[in-house]
Amino acid sequence: MPRQPLALKTLTNAFLVFWLLAAVFPFAWTVWGSFKVEADFFSRQSWWYAIEGIRTTQQTGGAFTLDGYRGAWILNEFWKPVINTLIVTISVTFISLLVGTLGGYALARSNRRYAFWILIAALVFRAMPPITLVSGYLLPFFQLNIWGFLPTTIIVLVAINQPFTLWMLHSFFLSIPKDLDESALVDGCTRFQAFRMVIIPVMWPGVITTGLFSFLLGYNDFAVTSMLLRQENQTMIPKIASFLGSIQSEGNVMYAVAAVVSATVPLFVLVLFFQRQIVSGLTAGAVKG
Amino acid sequence: MPHRTFFTFIFPSILAMVLFITLPIISVAVQSMYIEHPAILTTVESCGPFGCSKQSKVDVAAMAKLKAEEPMGQFAGLSNYLNHNHLALNDLREIFSQNNSFSGIVSALMNLPFYRALAFTLTYCFVVTPLAMMLGFAIALAVNTMPKILKGPAIFVSILPMIITPLVGSLILAWMFNPAGIFGATLQWLANDPGLSLRASPVLTWIVVLVYGVWTNGPFSFVIFYAGLQTVPQDTVESARIDGASRWQITRFVIIPHLVPLATFVALVQLMDNFRVFEPIVGFSAQANATSLSWLVFNDLVSSDNPQFGSAGATSVITIIGVLILLSPVLLRTWRDFNRKVV
Repeated sequence: MPRQPLALKTLTNAFLVFWLLAAVFPFAWTVWGSFKVEADFFSRQSWWYAIEGIRTTQQTGGAFTLDGYRGAWILNEFWKPVINTLIVTISVTFISLLVGTLGGYALARSNRRYAFWILIAALVFRAMPPITLVSGYLLPFFQLNIWGFLPTTIIVLVAINQPFTLWMLHSFFLSIPKDLDESALVDGCTRFQAFRMVIIPVMWPGVITTGLFSFLLGYNDFAVTSMLLRQENQTMIPKIASFLGSIQSEGNVMYAVAAVVSATVPLFVLVLFFQRQIVSGLTAGAVKG
Repeated sequence: MPHRTFFTFIFPSILAMVLFITLPIISVAVQSMYIEHPAILTTVESCGPFGCSKQSKVDVAAMAKLKAEEPMGQFAGLSNYLNHNHLALNDLREIFSQNNSFSGIVSALMNLPFYRALAFTLTYCFVVTPLAMMLGFAIALAVNTMPKILKGPAIFVSILPMIITPLVGSLILAWMFNPAGIFGATLQWLANDPGLSLRASPVLTWIVVLVYGVWTNGPFSFVIFYAGLQTVPQDTVESARIDGASRWQITRFVIIPHLVPLATFVALVQLMDNFRVFEPIVGFSAQANATSLSWLVFNDLVSSDNPQFGSAGATSVITIIGVLILLSPVLLRTWRDFNRKVV
């Protein structure tokens, strides 16, 4: 490309600066504000208070305070939902991948009509809003007495996640040449042996990418976890939502701010390390349509 | 692959999807035909120092027994669908017979819970999707001109709004748009109206939730379009330039046509996902001014100690039908692709 004319270049750069600020500023502002007191972060005088921390200095003696974090993590035991979130997301990711790789592999190696119909059904299921399914779970789960426990939620999230996992891994396995496992079959392997010895060693890039998205689904879910878990088993996101109901009235909204920042940090770390996989995963889905 | 092996491999997946997606959908559909038991009243005579009086009370024991026997409630046919909280046919008839002006009809419709939710859901879908795609395309073009070393960090920052938990993202923006937050205060100052707040102004609520939608959905289009830009055939661009095409003409006649298939994909996925809009309503506490279909279901289910399963079921079924309508073009396309592959 020839050099851009000056006006266009200025416009492009201005837009870029605007967008990058729009993308990052809300996070930066909230992280900064989470170390202030409520009178600063929600200042009635001027938002400049949140930057300088005038009230924070008056109330706590320093320009930064850990009061919000102390309130969330110690007073309100935010570490419990954090542990629950860890259990839920890690289990969801592993079980989804375990079940999904088998299914995705079978779909990629079969060109029969029923394989196509399974994919279509998965596409329809992928589009279902989770909350509509939740309204179908509640009564049966109450009856069976399995409502409120972590394993129930994990299995439900795995199932809701399955259509997406199947599609993604299906298109990934399509990109692994058929000859690879078929030659193993010719050499006398069973299908499962071929899968275990030939496919598993080469499938990791696709599996890691899919795993990232399963992780995100489990981590970001609000509809399922908020409706299917009892109070003491809650994960982070529903816990934050319940903070809003109970804490805002007590004037301790900063606990919720600290909890929100705590829940955001792992996502940032995830993007930092797996940016390439996330981008390629999204694009792979798009190119396959 | 033989049938047996195929089904052994895929069995766990199918089992999970049948148990936790297909059956719940059926269960929702069945539920939507029932209503909660009406309260059983008993008359109790209570005698005090000033004589006796008769009082009606809810018979708790009888209610519990009835609930244990028929947990679904009473069969009600389609009445859940037609009542005031859903399709509200009677109210519709009245509205159309009483109002002559368009604005009168609209404002009357916006008082019906279902149509209010539907109006916002559709607005969100059809406003956020194109705007987010335009934003994503603009970011992709702009990032593409950056020096290589800055691209990585720019992509990192750009995908943050997409990766963020929807509830958390909307809370972060909601706090900033709080009257005491940075944007909320600035808006009050700009509008010179100290009473301006999300709670007080439906229009502002709609705009802010839509802005949130564009902010969080833009990066998805960006990632896809950015990847698409890397595959634009350079020969075509080169020959267009030699033929004297301007930068704008190259974008318009070479780059955009190359990205159109991607754009249809993005549009369909985003329409489908935006139709579910739910967390922002909770995060912005927007329910007084803006609700969505998913939020209606949620609200029925959490309503204090007496969840409205029938009503939630009816809204769910209507939502599912809406999703299917939005999905039909994708299904048709996949079907056609498959047939082409087979033939």
